[in-house]
Amino acid sequence: MSDQPNEPGSANPPEPVPEVTAARPNTRLGDLAGGHDEDPTVGHPTVFDLERVSVSYGGKTAIRDVDMDIHCNLVTAFIGPSGCGKTTLLRTLNRLNDPIPGAAVDGKVNYRGEDLYGDDVDAVEVRRRIGMVFQRPNPFPKSIYDNVAYGLRLHGMKDDLDNRVERALRHAALWDEVKDRLKASGLSLSGGQQQRLCIARALAIEPDVVLMDEPASALDPISTQSIEDLVEQLKAEYSIIIVTHNMQQAARVADVTAFFSVDVAEDGSRSGVLVEQGPTSKLFIRPSDPRTEAYVTGRFG
Amino acid sequence: MSAAAHQSLSASSGRAKRRRRWGRVMEGLATLAAVVAIAVLAIVIISVAKKGLPALNADLFTQVTSTFGIPGEGGGIKNAIIGTVIMTAIATAISVPLGVLLAIFSSEFAPPRLALIIRITLNVLAGVPTIVIGVFVFGLLVVGNGYSAYAAGVALSIVQLPVVARSTEEVLLLVPSSLREASMALGASRARTVLTVILPTAVGGIVTATIVAVARAAGETAPLLFTTGIFANAVVTDPTKPMASIPLVIFQGSESPSPHDQEVAWAAALVLLVGVLIGSSLGRLLSLRSRRRIEQSR
Amino acid sequence: MATETPTQRIPLSGHRRTRYGDLALRGITGLASVVLGLLMVALVYEVAHEAWPSIQEFGASFLTGTEWNAVTDVYGARDLIWGTLITSLGALLIAVPMSIAIGVFLSELAPRAIRTPVTMLVELLAAIPSVVLGLWGILVMGPFVAQHIEPFIINHFGWIPFLDGYPSNQGLFMAILVLTIMVVPIVASVSRELFTSVPSDLKQGSLALGATRWEMVRSVMIPQVSGGLVAAVMLGFGRAIGEAIAVTQVIGGSNTRPDNIWGPADTMASRIAAQYAGSPTALSKASLAYLAVILLVFSLIVNLTAQLIAARLQRQMRGAA
Repeated sequence: MSDQPNEPGSANPPEPVPEVTAARPNTRLGDLAGGHDEDPTVGHPTVFDLERVSVSYGGKTAIRDVDMDIHCNLVTAFIGPSGCGKTTLLRTLNRLNDPIPGAAVDGKVNYRGEDLYGDDVDAVEVRRRIGMVFQRPNPFPKSIYDNVAYGLRLHGMKDDLDNRVERALRHAALWDEVKDRLKASGLSLSGGQQQRLCIARALAIEPDVVLMDEPASALDPISTQSIEDLVEQLKAEYSIIIVTHNMQQAARVADVTAFFSVDVAEDGSRSGVLVEQGPTSKLFIRPSDPRTEAYVTGRFG
Repeated sequence: MSAAAHQSLSASSGRAKRRRRWGRVMEGLATLAAVVAIAVLAIVIISVAKKGLPALNADLFTQVTSTFGIPGEGGGIKNAIIGTVIMTAIATAISVPLGVLLAIFSSEFAPPRLALIIRITLNVLAGVPTIVIGVFVFGLLVVGNGYSAYAAGVALSIVQLPVVARSTEEVLLLVPSSLREASMALGASRARTVLTVILPTAVGGIVTATIVAVARAAGETAPLLFTTGIFANAVVTDPTKPMASIPLVIFQGSESPSPHDQEVAWAAALVLLVGVLIGSSLGRLLSLRSRRRIEQSR
Repeated sequence: MATETPTQRIPLSGHRRTRYGDLALRGITGLASVVLGLLMVALVYEVAHEAWPSIQEFGASFLTGTEWNAVTDVYGARDLIWGTLITSLGALLIAVPMSIAIGVFLSELAPRAIRTPVTMLVELLAAIPSVVLGLWGILVMGPFVAQHIEPFIINHFGWIPFLDGYPSNQGLFMAILVLTIMVVPIVASVSRELFTSVPSDLKQGSLALGATRWEMVRSVMIPQVSGGLVAAVMLGFGRAIGEAIAVTQVIGGSNTRPDNIWGPADTMASRIAAQYAGSPTALSKASLAYLAVILLVFSLIVNLTAQLIAARLQRQMRGAA
């Protein structure tokens, strides 16, 4: 993950890799994440309980044998190099992999004690509880008002529509900027505003969990900042799971972080695996697994 | 924790169940629509085959058409087949060169405004009812001169022109500009580039467009009504005279009370249908393949 | 001193030969476009010229006249215009929902493996020559529909005045059916292309909010492509209006308006085709040409409107991207 341009004629000898030890709280990431040594999951019941979950597309395993708990009213981050299946795992949590032909989920995904993939479970109902915000803002070509009202109308939450729309837009910290032009097209907003509109749209139907797939990666730094602040506020009412390739972002916003990586089997096939998960500060300051350590210190990925 | 959390996932409301059911109904209807469309296609083909095959004998191809309701003399469509071939050939000989030249002008030389006007005009021409084209050529070439295969050829070529020109232009535009630039960079003139580099690359597409145009012209009836509507029951090869044609044999047979005429009409319809469907499918498949090839060479 | 290479000895200017080639090609191809222009002008002029005697004689009252009588040499197109509109709009009524449904099927519902073959089959419907469709229509579909389908509709829906009558294997209804078969492949293939072009982002966003697949199609996909659908429908309308052969084979060629949908009627295009064998008087010939003028104007308006809508849609999509 080198950001440095190759300079012609330079054959840099590899720099000595700093050892990550217990006594190094002053790494940048450590500074960001540090300070909480307590376990943030105390007092927060489990929202998701994954047991040996594997996801494959057309026979090829994308991610395998994930065992993890996700707790409510916290921000949980999935980090890891590209191709490690973190987005795939995220989409498994709201069954958005279902429409993909050849997609298969093994293992058990428990949502508040119920099997998410049970026989009589309605995927539509799942998605009402577990909402999603995508990497690129994708507002509908409708007015701002209709974008937020879309989900409400779909699920019959049409009573007091105006208030619900306003509440959702306030929750997404967008109300003040758009309250005078609710009839304007959603596409007329800036990138950061569009993303907040998508968040408002998701919040309008009062979900329990909000999944976010790299929500700020397509945005400029200032918009990114506002999204991150929003995430911080939202966890009071919702459980947030956020996929990010930006470690600093994870350090800034996440209470719990799960690190994924790519595992190469003997036959050469690659699949994603969960390497380690835990309180963010611990993961960045005192990772248990050498792969985690290599990733957070920038040796690869 | 929001209120949503407390309900069980499978205890979906009546509303959700209704939405799911309604969705399935609509999806079923959409599938039904596709099935019906294909069923109609199959039924038409099968009907034509069932009714046409019995009449498909050597006589059909060796005898000429007979006058209404008098079996025993003629009873075939030899002159109609020859007529259709000749008139389609005349039409194609006009429309393909004209259409290719038009496409070259539009894609290589014309300023964008003019190219747009040409494209709009071709689209308009494609939308003109073929019966109107028949009336047009009638006034232009038939009045005073009588019916002729030439007039029919001209009328058919007008129908083919938009098809050929649009397909050819599509293919020409697909040729990557890197090829053009390479040729020009070597000092070749525009003309030489077009003739020696671009056209050869696009020739597959032009052949395909021609096949589709031929299939189209062979099946057109309305332009023939006004240009070669009355024809002799004999083989005619002089293009200044009217000729029999397969579509008109079918048309007249469909309106005739004589069962013999109807039989011949079915047989002719079978011949025409097979030819046209094969030509169209071939054209479509070839165009897909050549398009893929050009895109891969980019 | 370095020896001069051959190319250096040839002066840069003076190689006019190749430019003539350019000029010639540009000239010839430009000529082709002139021919196209002349063709369009000649088309309009010639047809109007042929119609002139009738236009002079009847003027605008041609559009409201109901007689078409070669004996008294009086001609009026009102019933033909009515027939054209009823058959075309009737065909659209059936064809448009069906085509959109097929478009949805081919772009969303069908298993990937059968998408291309089924698409090609639907488009093959458009390749059936209209005369063959008409032959099949009058000799096969007509009797079948008259025996099985028309009585059913008359029995169950005959309380609607226009739908009450005697079954027949010719008439307005048959013309509507035949035109439907011709319009469906046109609108369906455009719909399919439009639906496949909807960005996956939009579809995912809708599903993520808990929409069923049908709800996603209805509330996001169709609105997204509505402009293109309108243009496609107009194209289908133009096709239906102009169809002469298949319609004349099945519609029964009557001179007056029928009382119900099962009775014989006529359309403008079909009337022209029916009298190809030579109309008795000069004025009747000119009146047929007058019909052609009306058809030409109709088709021009419909076609240009469709192109305009499609162009505006293109601009919109590019703007929002």
